[in-house]
Amino acid sequence: MTDGRKFMRRRDLLRGATLGSGALILSGCDALNENATFRSALRAVDSLNQMTHRSLMDRAALAPEFAPSDISPVFKTNGSVIATSAEYLAHLQNGFADWRLRVDGMVANPLVLGLDALRAMPVRTQITRHDCVEGWSAIAQWQGTPLRLLLQQARVSSRAKYIVFHCADDYGALPYYESIDLADAYHPQTILAWGMNGETLPVKYGAPIRLRVERQLGYKQAKYVMRIEATDDLTKFHGGKGGYWEDVGDYAWYAGI
Amino acid sequence: MDATQSGAQDVVKRHHILTRIWHWLNAIFATILLMSGLMIFNAHPQLYWGEFGARGDYAWLQIDDTRTTGFVRIGSARVETTGVLGLSLDSNDKVRRVAFPGWATIPTHYSLAAARRWHFAFAWLFALGLTAFMLGSLVNGHIRKDLHVRRAEWSVANIWKDIKNHAQLRFNHAHGTYNILQKLAYIGLIFVVLPTMILTGITMSPALNAAWPWLLDLFGGRQSARSLHFIAAAMMALFVVIHLVMVLLSGPIKGVRSMITGRHAATSETGQDGERP
Repeated sequence: MTDGRKFMRRRDLLRGATLGSGALILSGCDALNENATFRSALRAVDSLNQMTHRSLMDRAALAPEFAPSDISPVFKTNGSVIATSAEYLAHLQNGFADWRLRVDGMVANPLVLGLDALRAMPVRTQITRHDCVEGWSAIAQWQGTPLRLLLQQARVSSRAKYIVFHCADDYGALPYYESIDLADAYHPQTILAWGMNGETLPVKYGAPIRLRVERQLGYKQAKYVMRIEATDDLTKFHGGKGGYWEDVGDYAWYAGI
Repeated sequence: MDATQSGAQDVVKRHHILTRIWHWLNAIFATILLMSGLMIFNAHPQLYWGEFGARGDYAWLQIDDTRTTGFVRIGSARVETTGVLGLSLDSNDKVRRVAFPGWATIPTHYSLAAARRWHFAFAWLFALGLTAFMLGSLVNGHIRKDLHVRRAEWSVANIWKDIKNHAQLRFNHAHGTYNILQKLAYIGLIFVVLPTMILTGITMSPALNAAWPWLLDLFGGRQSARSLHFIAAAMMALFVVIHLVMVLLSGPIKGVRSMITGRHAATSETGQDGERP
């Protein structure tokens, strides 16, 4: 009885010591994780990564493209699978016949375009890999209008630094939006896709159009895009960090990793 | 204990200052990378071969739960791991349905965004440190003098002798020379496993795929790179476990002290003192 208790005590002591030292390391890391200075130091690495990536490659360096045989049998849907605003649902019911994309903000020539006008522009078709921040990947063929053609037509101001994409869907209770810099906006593979795997873009993948910005992760690939705005300041939109997941989940604005 | 009062023992310089600095910094960096990496894995606890892979595609490895039990599946082999992997209790005895439990991850609570920031910041330090250590060890002769496997050592008899010595817990590395198994372990880690960690990590970046598409060809696609990243991390963790066991078995105080001060009290050939039989 006494021996047993002594043994228990020693075992508890050992276990306590092991768990205690482990917990000390962990709580130390957790405390650092909550420390504002440490967090901003970590956040500075986002820009370091972006600068490094940009210096390592040509502005127009292409993301790998694949053969039709490489296309994923199932392309996982993620985020919103439909936009629920009355306006969007009305467009959906109507086959997007009255839907119009607006291109405005810091542009000399704001545009208002319907789907037919978009489809009538030069088309780019690409089979690319979609990488979710969580780690999974899926390959699909995307067909759409190069964003740079719209931006050229709209004559984006030389003071503009970013292109913001306003979407029709709310995720949680907040509207989805995203933004990219001009290097990615004018990239040849950056398209507003209205076709996927040879079909009209299905609703769950972002109909009528979604952004494809192929050198970044999935959360940058905004679905249900309604309005495109050129700006020199991201802090004035929503949470101020340039995108839904950047605001809500503290994900990096530059999603090249 | 220093060189001046060495009586029966010879004090030899064992670890170069560069080796010592790198060793301890790397111990910190690798731990943080491993633990933040496990959190990142928790966001999608499945691994695939090839270019793509998501829920619905065949995963060769899965660490998941059935809501009541946790399990690890490798191929068609499935092991229940409730309490540790797949499903575990947190410090408040709440059930957490995550692949790796909170005590193994940075941060403890689920946060993919935070874990990614830790991982990418310390990946820079890790990669720069490894590069500096490799170049420095080339210059200071560490590779040539200590790690280089000499032709005479490449004999079946020598390797077999060393395996037997290890099996009998006899570690004879008189005067700071490494035996063949040690050399192969260190060479494998420094020149194969750790560079593989960095390169497979880089291969998962969609931006760097545009810069260096040959990396995808080298590893067989992004999801293969992710699998190899995980396997290399497991090998690194295995190295650390064996390394720690060896340090414990061969005289932990002397071992740690020599990795701090650089000096080592060498023992006579019988190896009675520092490297315990």
